[in-house]
Amino acid sequence: MDSMTIIAVASIVTAGLTIGIGCMCPALGEGRAVATALTSLAQQPDASPTITRTLFVGLAMIESLAIYCFVVSMILIFANPFWNRVIAHAAGK
Amino acid sequence: MNLTSDQLIFWQHGFFKLNETIVTTWMLMILMALGSKLVTRNLLTEGSISRWQGALEIIVTTLEGQIKDVGLGEARKYLPFLGTLFLFVATCSICTVLPGYKPPTGSLSTTAALALCVFVAVPLFGIREQGFGAYLRTYAKPTFIMLPFNIISELSRTLALAVRLFGNMMSGVMIIGILLTITPFVFPIVMTALGLLTGMVQAYIFTILAGVYIAAATFVPKPKQAVESTKTATS
Repeated sequence: MDSMTIIAVASIVTAGLTIGIGCMCPALGEGRAVATALTSLAQQPDASPTITRTLFVGLAMIESLAIYCFVVSMILIFANPFWNRVIAHAAGK
Repeated sequence: MNLTSDQLIFWQHGFFKLNETIVTTWMLMILMALGSKLVTRNLLTEGSISRWQGALEIIVTTLEGQIKDVGLGEARKYLPFLGTLFLFVATCSICTVLPGYKPPTGSLSTTAALALCVFVAVPLFGIREQGFGAYLRTYAKPTFIMLPFNIISELSRTLALAVRLFGNMMSGVMIIGILLTITPFVFPIVMTALGLLTGMVQAYIFTILAGVYIAAATFVPKPKQAVESTKTATS
Protein backbone atom coordinates (compact mmCIF):
# COMPACT_ATOMS: atom_id res chain seq x y z
CA MET A 1 0.00 0.00 0.00
CA ASP A 2 1.35 3.41 -0.84
CA SER A 3 0.87 6.33 1.51
CA MET A 4 -2.18 7.63 -0.38
CA THR A 5 -4.12 4.40 0.17
CA ILE A 6 -3.10 4.28 3.81
CA ILE A 7 -4.34 7.83 4.37
CA ALA A 8 -7.62 7.12 2.56
CA VAL A 9 -8.27 3.93 4.53
CA ALA A 10 -7.32 5.50 7.84
CA SER A 11 -9.51 8.56 7.22
CA ILE A 12 -12.59 6.58 6.22
CA VAL A 13 -12.31 4.03 9.02
CA THR A 14 -11.63 6.73 11.59
CA ALA A 15 -14.58 8.79 10.36
CA GLY A 16 -16.88 5.79 10.77
CA LEU A 17 -15.52 4.96 14.22
CA THR A 18 -15.75 8.61 15.30
CA ILE A 19 -19.37 9.02 14.38
CA GLY A 20 -20.27 5.52 15.68
CA ILE A 21 -18.76 5.77 19.14
CA GLY A 22 -19.35 9.51 19.32
CA CYS A 23 -23.08 9.08 18.81
CA MET A 24 -23.46 6.06 21.07
CA CYS A 25 -22.23 7.62 24.28
CA PRO A 26 -24.10 10.95 24.05
CA ALA A 27 -27.24 8.95 23.15
CA LEU A 28 -26.92 7.03 26.41
CA GLY A 29 -26.43 10.28 28.29
CA GLU A 30 -29.40 11.94 26.62
CA GLY A 31 -31.57 8.93 27.38
CA ARG A 32 -30.69 9.15 31.05
CA ALA A 33 -31.31 12.90 31.10
CA VAL A 34 -34.73 12.61 29.45
CA ALA A 35 -35.73 9.72 31.68
CA THR A 36 -34.83 11.67 34.81
CA ALA A 37 -36.59 14.77 33.52
CA LEU A 38 -39.75 12.77 32.80
CA THR A 39 -39.67 11.30 36.29
CA SER A 40 -39.39 14.72 37.86
CA LEU A 41 -42.09 16.07 35.55
CA ALA A 42 -44.43 13.34 36.74
CA GLN A 43 -43.59 14.12 40.37
CA GLN A 44 -43.80 17.90 40.07
CA PRO A 45 -45.92 19.02 37.13
CA ASP A 46 -45.90 22.58 38.49
CA ALA A 47 -42.19 22.94 37.86
CA SER A 48 -42.53 21.93 34.22
CA PRO A 49 -41.28 25.22 32.66
CA THR A 50 -38.08 25.16 34.69
CA ILE A 51 -37.49 21.47 34.14
CA THR A 52 -38.13 21.74 30.41
CA ARG A 53 -35.81 24.70 29.98
CA THR A 54 -33.02 23.09 31.97
CA LEU A 55 -33.56 19.85 30.09
CA PHE A 56 -33.24 21.61 26.74
CA VAL A 57 -30.07 23.40 27.73
CA GLY A 58 -28.59 20.20 29.13
CA LEU A 59 -29.59 18.21 26.07
CA ALA A 60 -27.93 20.78 23.83
CA MET A 61 -24.78 20.51 25.92
CA ILE A 62 -24.77 16.72 25.55
CA GLU A 63 -25.76 16.89 21.92
CA SER A 64 -22.86 19.20 21.15
CA LEU A 65 -20.47 16.34 22.01
CA ALA A 66 -22.04 14.26 19.26
CA ILE A 67 -21.89 17.30 17.00
CA TYR A 68 -18.15 17.66 17.63
CA CYS A 69 -17.68 14.05 16.53
CA PHE A 70 -19.81 14.73 13.47
CA VAL A 71 -17.73 17.77 12.54
CA VAL A 72 -14.52 15.77 12.94
CA SER A 73 -15.79 12.94 10.75
CA MET A 74 -17.08 15.41 8.12
CA ILE A 75 -13.66 17.07 8.06
CA LEU A 76 -12.02 13.66 7.69
CA ILE A 77 -14.24 12.79 4.73
CA PHE A 78 -14.78 16.06 2.85
CA ALA A 79 -12.00 18.42 3.91
CA ASN A 80 -9.18 16.12 4.96
CA PRO A 81 -6.00 18.21 5.37
CA PHE A 82 -3.66 15.18 5.07
CA TRP A 83 -5.40 13.98 1.95
CA ASN A 84 -5.21 17.44 0.37
CA ARG A 85 -1.53 17.60 1.20
CA VAL A 86 -0.85 14.21 -0.40
CA ILE A 87 -2.80 15.26 -3.51
CA ALA A 88 -0.84 18.51 -3.70
CA HIS A 89 2.40 16.59 -3.21
CA ALA A 90 1.51 14.10 -5.96
CA ALA A 91 0.50 16.91 -8.32
CA GLY A 92 3.77 18.73 -7.65
CA LYS A 93 5.87 15.70 -8.66
CA MET B 1 -19.11 18.94 -1.96
CA ASN B 2 -18.78 22.31 -0.24
CA LEU B 3 -18.51 21.92 3.50
CA THR B 4 -19.38 25.56 4.22
CA SER B 5 -20.80 28.45 2.24
CA ASP B 6 -17.44 30.22 2.64
CA GLN B 7 -16.07 28.35 -0.34
CA LEU B 8 -18.32 29.96 -2.93
CA ILE B 9 -16.63 33.28 -3.74
CA PHE B 10 -18.50 35.84 -5.82
CA TRP B 11 -15.95 38.58 -6.03
CA GLN B 12 -12.37 38.92 -4.95
CA HIS B 13 -9.99 41.83 -4.77
CA GLY B 14 -6.68 41.05 -3.14
CA PHE B 15 -7.21 40.16 0.49
CA PHE B 16 -10.89 41.08 0.42
CA LYS B 17 -13.18 38.22 -0.54
CA LEU B 18 -16.93 38.46 -1.00
CA ASN B 19 -18.25 34.97 -0.36
CA GLU B 20 -21.74 33.57 -0.08
CA THR B 21 -21.77 33.78 3.71
CA ILE B 22 -21.21 37.53 3.73
CA VAL B 23 -23.75 38.18 1.00
CA THR B 24 -26.43 36.09 2.76
CA THR B 25 -25.67 37.80 6.07
CA TRP B 26 -26.05 41.22 4.46
CA MET B 27 -29.33 40.17 2.85
CA LEU B 28 -30.64 38.98 6.22
CA MET B 29 -29.47 42.19 7.89
CA ILE B 30 -31.29 44.27 5.27
CA LEU B 31 -34.40 42.10 5.63
CA MET B 32 -34.46 42.33 9.43
CA ALA B 33 -33.57 46.02 9.63
CA LEU B 34 -36.08 47.09 6.97
CA GLY B 35 -38.74 44.77 8.40
CA SER B 36 -38.45 46.13 11.93
CA LYS B 37 -38.23 49.70 10.58
CA LEU B 38 -41.46 49.18 8.66
CA VAL B 39 -43.23 47.62 11.63
CA THR B 40 -42.09 50.21 14.17
CA ARG B 41 -42.86 53.16 11.88
CA ASN B 42 -46.20 53.88 13.47
CA LEU B 43 -46.52 52.18 16.84
CA LEU B 44 -49.71 52.58 18.86
CA THR B 45 -50.14 52.32 22.59
CA GLU B 46 -53.94 52.23 22.57
CA GLY B 47 -56.76 51.28 20.27
CA SER B 48 -56.36 48.41 17.84
CA ILE B 49 -52.74 47.74 17.01
CA SER B 50 -51.60 46.33 13.69
CA ARG B 51 -50.92 42.62 13.33
CA TRP B 52 -47.22 43.15 12.82
CA GLN B 53 -46.93 45.22 15.96
CA GLY B 54 -48.69 42.44 17.84
CA ALA B 55 -46.25 39.88 16.49
CA LEU B 56 -43.28 42.04 17.41
CA GLU B 57 -44.64 42.62 20.90
CA ILE B 58 -45.07 38.87 21.39
CA ILE B 59 -41.47 38.28 20.36
CA VAL B 60 -40.07 41.01 22.58
CA THR B 61 -42.10 40.15 25.68
CA THR B 62 -41.39 36.42 25.31
CA LEU B 63 -37.67 37.12 25.01
CA GLU B 64 -37.83 39.37 28.04
CA GLY B 65 -39.60 36.69 30.06
CA GLN B 66 -37.09 34.04 29.06
CA ILE B 67 -34.15 36.28 29.94
CA LYS B 68 -35.76 36.97 33.31
CA ASP B 69 -36.15 33.22 33.89
CA VAL B 70 -32.44 32.67 33.35
CA GLY B 71 -31.71 34.80 36.36
CA LEU B 72 -31.16 38.26 34.93
CA GLY B 73 -33.52 40.37 36.99
CA GLU B 74 -33.33 43.54 34.91
CA ALA B 75 -34.04 41.89 31.59
CA ARG B 76 -34.35 45.20 29.74
CA LYS B 77 -30.61 45.82 30.15
CA TYR B 78 -29.69 42.63 28.34
CA LEU B 79 -32.58 42.43 25.90
CA PRO B 80 -30.84 44.34 23.06
CA PHE B 81 -27.80 42.05 23.03
CA LEU B 82 -29.44 38.68 23.71
CA GLY B 83 -32.49 39.50 21.59
CA THR B 84 -30.30 40.41 18.62
CA LEU B 85 -28.40 37.15 18.94
CA PHE B 86 -31.63 35.16 19.08
CA LEU B 87 -33.33 36.99 16.21
CA PHE B 88 -30.30 36.69 13.94
CA VAL B 89 -29.74 32.98 14.55
CA ALA B 90 -33.46 32.23 14.35
CA THR B 91 -33.90 34.15 11.09
CA CYS B 92 -30.86 32.37 9.66
CA SER B 93 -32.44 28.99 10.33
CA ILE B 94 -36.02 29.94 9.43
CA CYS B 95 -34.97 31.14 5.97
CA THR B 96 -33.87 27.56 5.21
CA VAL B 97 -37.36 27.11 3.70
CA LEU B 98 -36.21 29.28 0.78
CA PRO B 99 -34.73 27.14 -2.01
CA GLY B 100 -31.06 27.67 -2.78
CA TYR B 101 -30.46 29.33 0.57
CA LYS B 102 -27.58 28.29 2.76
CA PRO B 103 -27.68 29.51 6.36
CA PRO B 104 -24.74 31.79 7.15
CA THR B 105 -24.59 30.15 10.56
CA GLY B 106 -23.51 27.00 8.71
CA SER B 107 -20.09 28.59 8.35
CA LEU B 108 -17.63 28.55 11.22
CA SER B 109 -16.61 32.17 10.63
CA THR B 110 -20.12 33.48 11.38
CA THR B 111 -20.62 31.37 14.48
CA ALA B 112 -17.11 32.22 15.70
CA ALA B 113 -17.96 35.90 15.33
CA LEU B 114 -21.19 35.43 17.31
CA ALA B 115 -19.36 33.48 20.02
CA LEU B 116 -16.67 36.17 20.19
CA CYS B 117 -19.42 38.75 20.74
CA VAL B 118 -20.54 36.71 23.75
CA PHE B 119 -16.92 36.28 24.86
CA VAL B 120 -16.43 40.06 24.88
CA ALA B 121 -19.88 40.94 26.22
CA VAL B 122 -19.73 38.72 29.32
CA PRO B 123 -16.79 40.55 31.00
CA LEU B 124 -18.18 43.92 29.90
CA PHE B 125 -21.53 43.27 31.58
CA GLY B 126 -19.74 41.78 34.56
CA ILE B 127 -17.52 44.84 34.98
CA ARG B 128 -20.50 47.15 34.59
CA GLU B 129 -22.38 45.40 37.38
CA GLN B 130 -19.59 44.57 39.82
CA GLY B 131 -16.78 47.00 39.05
CA PHE B 132 -13.41 46.16 37.51
CA GLY B 133 -11.61 44.81 40.56
CA ALA B 134 -14.53 42.82 41.90
CA TYR B 135 -15.10 41.20 38.53
CA LEU B 136 -11.45 40.19 38.15
CA ARG B 137 -11.53 38.77 41.66
CA THR B 138 -14.31 36.34 40.65
CA TYR B 139 -11.76 34.51 38.52
CA ALA B 140 -9.82 33.58 41.64
CA LYS B 141 -12.88 32.20 43.42
CA PRO B 142 -13.39 29.98 45.37
CA THR B 143 -9.60 29.68 45.78
CA PHE B 144 -6.63 31.03 43.89
CA ILE B 145 -5.89 27.55 42.49
CA MET B 146 -9.03 27.78 40.35
CA LEU B 147 -7.67 30.76 38.36
CA PRO B 148 -6.32 28.82 35.35
CA PHE B 149 -9.40 26.58 35.25
CA ASN B 150 -11.72 29.58 35.21
CA ILE B 151 -9.79 31.11 32.32
CA ILE B 152 -9.77 27.81 30.42
CA SER B 153 -13.51 27.40 30.92
CA GLU B 154 -14.05 30.92 29.60
CA LEU B 155 -12.16 30.03 26.41
CA SER B 156 -13.55 26.53 25.97
CA ARG B 157 -17.16 27.58 26.33
CA THR B 158 -16.64 30.17 23.59
CA LEU B 159 -15.28 27.43 21.35
CA ALA B 160 -18.18 25.18 22.32
CA LEU B 161 -20.75 27.89 21.49
CA ALA B 162 -19.22 28.41 18.04
CA VAL B 163 -18.77 24.75 17.13
CA ARG B 164 -22.18 23.71 18.47
CA LEU B 165 -24.11 26.17 16.33
CA PHE B 166 -21.87 25.55 13.30
CA GLY B 167 -22.13 21.78 13.61
CA ASN B 168 -25.89 21.77 13.95
CA MET B 169 -26.57 24.08 11.03
CA MET B 170 -23.90 22.51 8.81
CA SER B 171 -25.15 19.00 9.56
CA GLY B 172 -28.68 20.01 8.56
CA VAL B 173 -27.53 21.28 5.16
CA MET B 174 -25.20 18.32 4.71
CA ILE B 175 -27.83 15.70 5.56
CA ILE B 176 -30.30 17.24 3.11
CA GLY B 177 -27.59 17.32 0.43
CA ILE B 178 -26.73 13.68 0.94
CA LEU B 179 -30.38 12.60 1.07
CA LEU B 180 -31.11 14.42 -2.20
CA THR B 181 -28.73 12.04 -3.94
CA ILE B 182 -30.20 8.92 -2.30
CA THR B 183 -33.96 9.50 -1.93
CA PRO B 184 -34.70 12.69 -3.85
CA PHE B 185 -38.48 12.76 -3.48
CA VAL B 186 -40.18 13.22 -0.11
CA PHE B 187 -37.70 12.40 2.60
CA PRO B 188 -35.56 15.57 2.26
CA ILE B 189 -38.67 17.62 3.12
CA VAL B 190 -39.04 15.74 6.40
CA MET B 191 -35.40 16.41 7.18
CA THR B 192 -35.88 20.09 6.28
CA ALA B 193 -38.71 20.28 8.81
CA LEU B 194 -36.46 18.64 11.39
CA GLY B 195 -33.72 21.10 10.46
CA LEU B 196 -36.11 24.00 11.10
CA LEU B 197 -36.89 22.60 14.54
CA THR B 198 -33.23 22.07 15.47
CA GLY B 199 -32.40 25.53 14.10
CA MET B 200 -34.95 27.16 16.40
CA VAL B 201 -33.78 25.05 19.36
CA GLN B 202 -30.18 26.03 18.65
CA ALA B 203 -31.10 29.71 18.46
CA TYR B 204 -32.86 29.36 21.82
CA ILE B 205 -29.93 27.45 23.32
CA PHE B 206 -27.39 29.97 22.06
CA THR B 207 -29.32 32.84 23.62
CA ILE B 208 -30.02 31.03 26.87
CA LEU B 209 -26.38 29.97 27.27
CA ALA B 210 -25.20 33.53 26.60
CA GLY B 211 -27.75 34.68 29.18
CA VAL B 212 -26.53 32.10 31.70
CA TYR B 213 -22.92 33.20 31.21
CA ILE B 214 -23.88 36.85 31.63
CA ALA B 215 -25.96 35.99 34.71
CA ALA B 216 -22.97 34.17 36.20
CA ALA B 217 -20.69 37.15 35.50
CA THR B 218 -23.08 39.79 36.83
CA PHE B 219 -24.08 37.87 39.95
CA VAL B 220 -23.47 40.06 42.96
CA PRO B 221 -23.47 37.98 46.14
CA LYS B 222 -25.97 39.28 48.66
CA PRO B 223 -24.93 40.15 52.19
CA LYS B 224 -25.58 37.30 54.62
CA GLN B 225 -28.24 39.16 56.57
CA ALA B 226 -30.45 39.59 53.52
CA VAL B 227 -30.11 35.94 52.47
CA GLU B 228 -31.10 34.71 55.91
CA SER B 229 -34.09 37.01 56.11
CA THR B 230 -35.36 35.81 52.70
CA LYS B 231 -34.85 32.22 53.82
CA THR B 232 -36.98 32.69 56.88
CA ALA B 233 -39.57 34.55 54.84
CA THR B 234 -39.92 31.72 52.32
CA SER B 235 -39.97 28.97 54.94
